[in-house]
Amino acid sequence: MALADATAFPYGLRVLVVDDDPTWLKILEKMLRKCSYDVTTCGLASIALQILRERRNKFDIVISDVNMPDMDGFKLLELIGLEMDLPVIMMSIDGETSRVMKGVQHGACDYLLKPVRMKELRNIWQHVYRKKMHEVKEIEGNDSCDDLQIFRNGVEGFDERGLFMRADSDTMRKRKDMDKDHADQDSSDGATVKKARVVWSVDLHQKFVNAVNQIGFDKVGPKKILDLMNIPGLTRENVASHLQKYRLYLSRLQKQNEERIMGAARQDFSHKGPSDNLNLRSSFQEQPGNLSNGFQHSSQKIQAQINIPDPHLDDTKTSVPLKVPDKNGTSVSDAVDPQNMTSASPLSGVFSFERMPVNQDRKLSETMILECQSWSGSVPPKQFMQYPKHNHERCDLLGDYSCLPKPDLEHPIAPGHLYAPPPVISMSCSVEGDVRDFSDVKPDLLGCMKSLSPALTCTVESVSAQLSDSVVTSTNSDQKFSSVEGLSSIKDCDFDQERNQATLLTSEEASIICGTDLTCLHDELSGYQLQGVSFGNIGLSSIDLFQCNDAMALPGLHNNWYDDVEFSSETMEFPLLDGGLFA
Amino acid sequence: MDYTNLRRQIISMKKSLFDQGYLDEQFNQLEELQDDSSPNFVDEVVALFFKDSSRLLTNIEQALEKYPQDFYRLDSLVYQFKGSGSSIGALRMKNECSMFKAHCNDRNLEGYRTLDDSSSIPASHSLLEQLHLIPWLTQMPPVTPEDEEGACHSEAEAGDIFSCKHKHQIKGPVST
Repeated sequence: MALADATAFPYGLRVLVVDDDPTWLKILEKMLRKCSYDVTTCGLASIALQILRERRNKFDIVISDVNMPDMDGFKLLELIGLEMDLPVIMMSIDGETSRVMKGVQHGACDYLLKPVRMKELRNIWQHVYRKKMHEVKEIEGNDSCDDLQIFRNGVEGFDERGLFMRADSDTMRKRKDMDKDHADQDSSDGATVKKARVVWSVDLHQKFVNAVNQIGFDKVGPKKILDLMNIPGLTRENVASHLQKYRLYLSRLQKQNEERIMGAARQDFSHKGPSDNLNLRSSFQEQPGNLSNGFQHSSQKIQAQINIPDPHLDDTKTSVPLKVPDKNGTSVSDAVDPQNMTSASPLSGVFSFERMPVNQDRKLSETMILECQSWSGSVPPKQFMQYPKHNHERCDLLGDYSCLPKPDLEHPIAPGHLYAPPPVISMSCSVEGDVRDFSDVKPDLLGCMKSLSPALTCTVESVSAQLSDSVVTSTNSDQKFSSVEGLSSIKDCDFDQERNQATLLTSEEASIICGTDLTCLHDELSGYQLQGVSFGNIGLSSIDLFQCNDAMALPGLHNNWYDDVEFSSETMEFPLLDGGLFA
Repeated sequence: MDYTNLRRQIISMKKSLFDQGYLDEQFNQLEELQDDSSPNFVDEVVALFFKDSSRLLTNIEQALEKYPQDFYRLDSLVYQFKGSGSSIGALRMKNECSMFKAHCNDRNLEGYRTLDDSSSIPASHSLLEQLHLIPWLTQMPPVTPEDEEGACHSEAEAGDIFSCKHKHQIKGPVST
């Protein structure tokens, strides 16, 4: 929807409303229609994501409830911010400060309390407008105070370089790595020079991390990094903002790490197989709301990264957001063990994270990330490295992977599937060699990957190919996820897969059945316990997972978790409802 | 056709629901949303509410019967129920839910249940089914002077909405 006409701005604003309560959905739809907005309703978070992915540029703003059965609202919030970078408004009947804070931390541009009034909905357009203005400012990457300069200079060098820094000071907003060819996205704003935000490519970030490690994390400064990186066209501001995000990200990981340690039980990871992925997936999947925001955030990022390629498979260079750690502006140097940052190479940087004392579960993820990186080296770095990078950053909390060998991850990957494979492959491989035997994580990861997008199809295939000699023995080459994006279809695929070969599927399907929320429930802690339960049982059935979940009863894990169990039975209700409510 | 008495009855019933704290202003908001493009809006919303909340209520009751009681699940269900009630302005229901949640947090539902034979929440809920009658208010044609003159209903007859000969289209579930 073109926003060129400022006078008509609020009208026709394209809103997507997500709420599991059909009554509210109806009311909100009516209210928004009365505001002359263009409304689409959705009763499931997973469906909402699907819609957004399919019609990426067709929405201006998303309004979502916080408590939903299939996915935590905060998770959805992060994903949307990550993948589509749309403004998201949260709603809830619960107006507790902590919840509102959480919403803001996850990037919500507003938090409405139910019952929602019309007048509150009338003003939501301001968030859209504000965001667009903000993006314009960021395009050039200059100091945000100089808007005019941005307008002037914004477009000129853009086409030439294709590398633009988004000086995004919004800590929680993930930056999408978009190719300049992607400029058509949201470009209808006539007043702005909004372009694709080509941000930190894998290469660039790698250089960045190299520079940071070289300088020494304690002593880094944007200028030093800039000099070391020696990238023409990169400004100090670009580096500064990137550094800030990196720090935030790391500190958040650190926090998550601390939380993890809390209850993580050391499980016997002798089981090699899909369960590893399961565990990993839980790590990487959206985390339950009760985890620290940081962790959740980072896991979101990872996922989002994986997801993003889907709609743009043809555009291999785009939409691979570099998940720069988005944190709340705290200095990371305190949070992160300096020694971890001092490695000179990106991989070594990852390895350094290994040394951080964390739960095994986390270590597993790290391992995978490490592998990702090493593997990605053999592939066009640009697309792949981002994921591993991100994983890497995210995994620093996870633990030490010091003894993880790096399997040979040489794997030819179709261009169209560049994004998905790396993380998966790396994970499985690393798991394999890991002393700790995080095999159970693999299926989890794969499952989550699958549930995320069709692109995962390739991923899984490649993974299976890679894993021929590794834990995951399933030959998922005939994945049927290619057409799957929504919850239901994934479910079908999973079931089919289950018949074929248990390892990966079970955990995946289980996670899928429960929605991504299940995986999020598979927090490190739960993951551990789950491992214990599912061990020796390659064919993790979804039921097993449920049982495991119930057994865990981890404090803090509630709403969504239990909703998941019920969810599958209630799933049938929603599609009908959604069909009826879809605008 | 004299709807006057019917209207009056419904109006007073609605007023009492508000006075007793069963409804709050959210319900008024719903009524304001109703317009020509969706003339039965309130009715539809209320119907939707009851349909959805019945389901939730069943889940809650099931969860209540389990031993040991699953407080997490109960808490979550009641939270949903509360959210649902807030949509139509079911104030009392919301408050009941809040109390219930507080008891859940204390892991103690025993004291709560003794307040009523059944759980208080279903009790409030059933009371709210009176709401089904309220849409009548919006569907009935406005009282005109002609109506009052040409009353075709006796007072006594008009007193019983459900036996009204001139049956109005009942759009929502009606509890007798």
